[in-house]
Amino acid sequence: MERPVPVPDAATAPYWAAANEGRFVMPRCTQCGRWHFYPRALCPHCSSEKLEWSDCSGRGTVYSYTVVHRAPSPAFAAELPYVVAIVEVEEGPRLMSSVVNCAPETVRIGMKVRAAFRRVADDTQLPVFEPA
Amino acid sequence: MKLNAAIAGVGTSRVGQVADRSALQLQADAAQAALADAGLRMTDIDGLLTTPVRVEHWNMPCGVVANHLGVKASYLSTVDVAGASGCAMIHQAAMAVATGQASAVLCVAGQNLLTHGSRAKAVKSMAEGGSAHPQFEVPYGPIVPSLYALVAQRHMHEFGTTPGQMAEVAVTLRRHASLNPNAHKRELITVSDVLKSRMITTPLHILDCAIVSDGAAAAIVTSIERARDLKKRPVRLLGQGYGLRHSHIGEHVDLMSTGAVDSGRGAFKSAGLTPTDIDVAQIYDCFTITVIIELEDLGFCKKGEGGQFVEGGRIGIGGELPVTTHGGLLSGGHPGLGGGFFHVVEAVRQLRGEAAERQVRDAEVALVHGNGGVISIHCTIILGRG
Repeated sequence: MERPVPVPDAATAPYWAAANEGRFVMPRCTQCGRWHFYPRALCPHCSSEKLEWSDCSGRGTVYSYTVVHRAPSPAFAAELPYVVAIVEVEEGPRLMSSVVNCAPETVRIGMKVRAAFRRVADDTQLPVFEPA
Repeated sequence: MKLNAAIAGVGTSRVGQVADRSALQLQADAAQAALADAGLRMTDIDGLLTTPVRVEHWNMPCGVVANHLGVKASYLSTVDVAGASGCAMIHQAAMAVATGQASAVLCVAGQNLLTHGSRAKAVKSMAEGGSAHPQFEVPYGPIVPSLYALVAQRHMHEFGTTPGQMAEVAVTLRRHASLNPNAHKRELITVSDVLKSRMITTPLHILDCAIVSDGAAAAIVTSIERARDLKKRPVRLLGQGYGLRHSHIGEHVDLMSTGAVDSGRGAFKSAGLTPTDIDVAQIYDCFTITVIIELEDLGFCKKGEGGQFVEGGRIGIGGELPVTTHGGLLSGGHPGLGGGFFHVVEAVRQLRGEAAERQVRDAEVALVHGNGGVISIHCTIILGRG
């Protein structure tokens, strides 16, 4: 069984295209200058439609995490236990991701992490994070 | 403004593993029980509210249920504010009655979630069912409990809440379920049992998580005058509120403050009451951490003190604030969106003095809180003796 991969839509295609090239981007409002995530039609801070995808530093900290011991489907069973985390990036927004390249029990809230990429399909890379 | 509406009847199907009943049969069982409770017949019902189910695809759930039950409805709708649907159905039925669109609204929800599939099937279907964002969360492999575990972990970090305090919630609600003949899980458990139970997604053990059940619940809402002429003492809707602060947990701005702050504030304001007026609180309990956070956000204790609040028997029957006295989703039963409706049924029984061994003495005002998504969407209602 294959793991679920993101199916990009018109609003999110630039995010996944960038990730597939190894770039970590987020939407930024050109009106108020603030960043947000997840992508949406209007800036959540000022309701402007003037949004653009911009490169992020990829630096962040772990805001919260959980070590998963029960897979949602057989596709994830071989990876147990694994970390699902909420990472706060330097630019401000948070996102859900994984923390990889370290033992799950070493992950802590406040831990410094940096973006990395994991290929999950021929045309898809997931942004993940590893200890900085 | 208080609406001219009251709950005149409540009922439930058998709860647990009910292999001999389909989703519609379970809803019919609950509806018939509510009608008998009120002393009404199906032909007296002219409004119907229900929720979507997971076990079958119903193109228009309210139409399917109304047709199956033989309800000739002058008002019908499918309510879907996820786990908050039970509370919201009562408010929306009350609005239909108060505006004259219907004279007696049947609210009914439930399904054979356990029998329809295995627990594994339910876990997979829920994980991919929309609580986790399909593009930005599902690919990382969270199960639904993981989404709440992220909240629990942060709560522990900020406020020092402990796994033992979360376990207290599971233990107390199981004790309540042991006093409820229709509850799904009735064997008593200890804090140590919870902490030694299988780790699902840190810090949540299997006994920190809701169960999966078959079952349905129903209530009938009519005008206060009509309810007074029926069999049982009416229960009035005194106030209600809604709240939403995010749709997915990964994008939530402040994990430590939820839409329950807004729904609670709205409910207390419309009822003209405060948390100290509440005699019994039926709090949505999909996970143990949910109860702790909702008690804080609804104003029963200060932010960060929920862990201490649930200790020492305070939320047990006989305690300062009895919580979720039928056993809730953790032990009473959890058939999907209908799960939160059992909290409403229990509040009505408490206010009528019909809760037998679970009865909270002199219960005159009850709060019911429902939460859906990942502590995303909230509805709070306050009920009082009519």
